[in-house]
Amino acid sequence: MLELPALGWQSIVIFVVFALSLLIATYCTYAERVIAAFLQDRVGPDRAGPYGLLQPLADAVKMFTKEEFFPGGANKALFVFGPCLAMITALMSSAVIPFGNNMSFGNNAFFLQGIEVNIGMLWIFGVVSLGVYGVMIGGWASNNKFSLLGAVRAASQNISYELAMGMALIAVLMMSGTLSLREITLQQSVAGEWQFWNIVKQPLGFIIFLVCAFAETNRTPFDLPECETELVGGYHTEYSSMKLGLYLFSEYVNIFVVSAVMSVLYFGGFNFPYQYELRDWLVSNHDWTLASAQNLITILGTVGLFAKIFAFIFFFMWVRWTLPRFRYDQLMRLGWTILIPLAVFNILLTGGLILFGVIQ
Amino acid sequence: MSPLFLFLSFVALLSALGVVFAKNPVHSVLFLILTFFSLSGHYLLLNAQFLAAVNIIVYAGAIMVLFLFVIMFLNLNVDTEPHKPALAKIAAAVAGGSLLLILVAALKDVRPTGVPAGTAFNSQIGMVDQLGMRLYTDFLLPFELASVLFLVAMVGAVMLGKRETGERNF
Repeated sequence: MLELPALGWQSIVIFVVFALSLLIATYCTYAERVIAAFLQDRVGPDRAGPYGLLQPLADAVKMFTKEEFFPGGANKALFVFGPCLAMITALMSSAVIPFGNNMSFGNNAFFLQGIEVNIGMLWIFGVVSLGVYGVMIGGWASNNKFSLLGAVRAASQNISYELAMGMALIAVLMMSGTLSLREITLQQSVAGEWQFWNIVKQPLGFIIFLVCAFAETNRTPFDLPECETELVGGYHTEYSSMKLGLYLFSEYVNIFVVSAVMSVLYFGGFNFPYQYELRDWLVSNHDWTLASAQNLITILGTVGLFAKIFAFIFFFMWVRWTLPRFRYDQLMRLGWTILIPLAVFNILLTGGLILFGVIQ
Repeated sequence: MSPLFLFLSFVALLSALGVVFAKNPVHSVLFLILTFFSLSGHYLLLNAQFLAAVNIIVYAGAIMVLFLFVIMFLNLNVDTEPHKPALAKIAAAVAGGSLLLILVAALKDVRPTGVPAGTAFNSQIGMVDQLGMRLYTDFLLPFELASVLFLVAMVGAVMLGKRETGERNF
């Protein structure tokens, strides 16, 4: 058993995760346009830098230098506080995600994870449930009826889909018996055993979680809070400059985090097939020490996890440019009368399968 | 007393006062959310991680969102705030004052005793698995009774929200 990492390593990991979330969110804006262009058979951004790779930078300059506008009658403090809160809650949840297994240099061992707590999943769920405040406060403080409608839609949508999401998570918990995301990851691959990722055991739960993830991140087909055909711009109608930028940015950070959570919970996290075989092969055939072989496996696992995350991010964008937006009553009906009963059924099914020893 | 405890208590008391004194109801709700956060911090200091997380999820994440929701719809402004009659104010002050008096009287002789001698203090008691074990063995009946209560509340909410015959919402 490894010692808990010293604070020095942890702060480095947290800093790297923070920087990576922002970097990935930045290039998500680029990826979104390129994928949109690809799906619609257009060229897409290609002016700023080679292949338009500097487009996010150009956007940032534009956002920062635009005029900052406060609508008349707006609650100024809360108007500024809204986008800040959206960004804070988006960045908070990545703290407990295990981005890699343990690494060791000499006597120093550390986890590629911000904090390892035994309530990791509850932390994610709690932070996700706070995410709606940014939208609500911003929408209300704008003193605009379209913003308010967007905010109210966001609130009711998030509450409705949180229920189904939580119940999909409960089914995973019933199998894992732990709330720690690291433990859940490690359980999905055991040395010398034929162990499946959770997606095989929880296909229905995964689909429910995926649909809810779209609703929680306000992505098409569930982007009703910012539905431009009905609400001008939804909750950020009155926002301009970097405050709008923070709202748009927090959406991409949220997508990154929710993709990471799905990869960890259902797609084995930092595990990849034949990792233990590779480690043992390196140790026995190439005279690697166990520690350095483990380090290599950890790095490969982290790369693998990011590959899974990017695949999910691509899926999010693919769906956005493929499916039309739902109508609001359809959204509510899907959440309350289809997803929640399905999630309850999934819990019963999982319980039955565990009881009769089919899974774990 | 650790500095963290003092800081959390300071934030909790200050934001609780903010709930009462804020003119704007939306500010009141936001202060209340801050109060819940500092209470969750206290739970963490007491090694009750599960309680801390659930407090955030249920109170800050769900109930207060609904609160905010309703208050935003009501659109309460300072000008439209109803002025209560003086009698109601006096009655509220007397009732609140006597409650304070009783609380102070009841708590003034309280001394922290720590863990009773002879019982081993279990620092893991607030963890999820320990708590679950306790709830489903020693406290099964109260736990199940509480769930029946929730069920009744849920059925009531569904009945209230049910569409009447002939009524159309869309």
